[in-house]
Amino acid sequence: MADLTELYQQTIVEHNRSPRNFKTLDHPTHHADGNNPLCGDQISLQLAVDGDVIKEVGFQGSGCAISRASASLMTSAVMGKSSREAEQLFQAFHDMVTGGPNAPADPAALGKLAAFAGVKQFPARVKCANLAWHTLHAALHSDGTPISTE
Amino acid sequence: MSAKPATARATPAWDVERVRRDFPILATRVHGKPLVYLDNGATSQKPQAVIDAVSHYYETGNANVHRGVYALSESATAAYEGTRSRVARFINAREDREIIYVRGTTEAINLVASSFGRLKVKAGDEILVSAMEHHSNIVPWQILAEQTSALLKIVPMNDRGELLMEEYQKLLTPKARIVAVAHISNSLGTINPIKEMVERAHAMGVPVLVDGAQGAPHLVVDVQDLDCDFYTVSGHKMFGPTGVGVLYGKAGHLEAMPPYQGGGDMIRSVTFAKTTYAPIPAKFEAGTPDIGGVVGLGAAVDYLGTLDRRAALAQEQDLLEYATKQLGTVSGLRIVGTAAHKASVISFVLDGIHAHDVGTIVDQAGVAIRTGHHCTQPVMEFFHVPATARASFAFYNTREEVDVLVEALKGVRKVFG
Repeated sequence: MADLTELYQQTIVEHNRSPRNFKTLDHPTHHADGNNPLCGDQISLQLAVDGDVIKEVGFQGSGCAISRASASLMTSAVMGKSSREAEQLFQAFHDMVTGGPNAPADPAALGKLAAFAGVKQFPARVKCANLAWHTLHAALHSDGTPISTE
Repeated sequence: MSAKPATARATPAWDVERVRRDFPILATRVHGKPLVYLDNGATSQKPQAVIDAVSHYYETGNANVHRGVYALSESATAAYEGTRSRVARFINAREDREIIYVRGTTEAINLVASSFGRLKVKAGDEILVSAMEHHSNIVPWQILAEQTSALLKIVPMNDRGELLMEEYQKLLTPKARIVAVAHISNSLGTINPIKEMVERAHAMGVPVLVDGAQGAPHLVVDVQDLDCDFYTVSGHKMFGPTGVGVLYGKAGHLEAMPPYQGGGDMIRSVTFAKTTYAPIPAKFEAGTPDIGGVVGLGAAVDYLGTLDRRAALAQEQDLLEYATKQLGTVSGLRIVGTAAHKASVISFVLDGIHAHDVGTIVDQAGVAIRTGHHCTQPVMEFFHVPATARASFAFYNTREEVDVLVEALKGVRKVFG
């Protein structure tokens, strides 16, 4: 039986309550909107990329605790990284929450993002955790099309 | 579990424990806890009689209908057509041929929008739907409006979730061609004043389609008394199988309407030059239908016939009142949809906690509720909420199950500290 405390880890509860980088940027270079129509999660993500380095990230929107905490932790995790590094992190995160083949043997390798390791026991919530990352991917490719998890 | 309230039960005649034994799934466990199934608005559970009827049909009675001259096909046809008579009696249709089998309410509404719409709706005409409709009673009309350059007009509601009848009256202009309205709102629980709405529409010569997806399971439906022109039913929401439903239409309308789908069974004769169509209901039943589903639907109607429906509805009203009161004890909980006339459907939000988190957390206590927009995004927008949690009760639910829900909701706060 899946345990609720594995899903709603203290880190997630705390980031849901006080999300980091919950703001709009003055000079964004990239942005994308994401939504999860089934549960009504919405995120608007802005990036300030200098060269190939993500200098600043801000997000706005509303959603469940998992989607909101995931966006918050993602913004901190990708700050200062190259777009390639950010995409690699997305892949590792994605595999961790879906139980995919490239999931890190020890989630702790993902730092604070390891808080989402319990999501894989709640298949209905995987898309909540992934929404911010899909939106980041869209922003980096910046074709401006809103992305949807459906 | 909290003690039963000392107040007298409103439904002394209703033996809920006996009824629960008719539904095998209610004895199952989820996450090690007894299943508390409160998502009847999405689909109801099935009594053993329905499950048995469907398997018995496939074990002993399966053949195609209206085709063979052999005994098995004749008995399948008899079962299929016999159900039509029982459904007609169930909603008090005047004639059996006014009952068209469809996949469910969605297909029924699409059929009317497409066929009746093609017949009656022209550029500049107006189609009326209410502000609380399910997407399936909005989108087919939008498609029709786009195709015909007609206009979709919305009957507004107040903040309790009740339609504004004076506004409705104003919308019933000579341009109005049809009114499409839910008998009961799936997300708010509101029971709409259908009889009065039909009277007012008919006074202006406008026909009315009633979306009965939630009406048929919760109310005793009498289409002649309502005098509606169309009434739609989903079998799976009224204790029958998925994949089968009913469109009721007044014979005069159905006879005038062009076919919805072409194919086998709906024709009188086919040549490459000219095809003539079968009379109703066959005209609207192209292709091999869901015969097993129809048999199950018949068993569901028979099952409901064995119950005291008035007592069943009283049980649901008791659950509605009790749950409304008990949910009021959960801090930060707000009920969305507080109409004076409601069915046993309660949408709610918890202050600062998204419905999706609520759904996951109460699931761990064995409680199945719906979370999301309930295919009514305009309703969510009206009430300024992204989503709600919804508990929808059937006559087999109990006050004790309400208590389990309420305790689980109190636990939600604990998770978020």
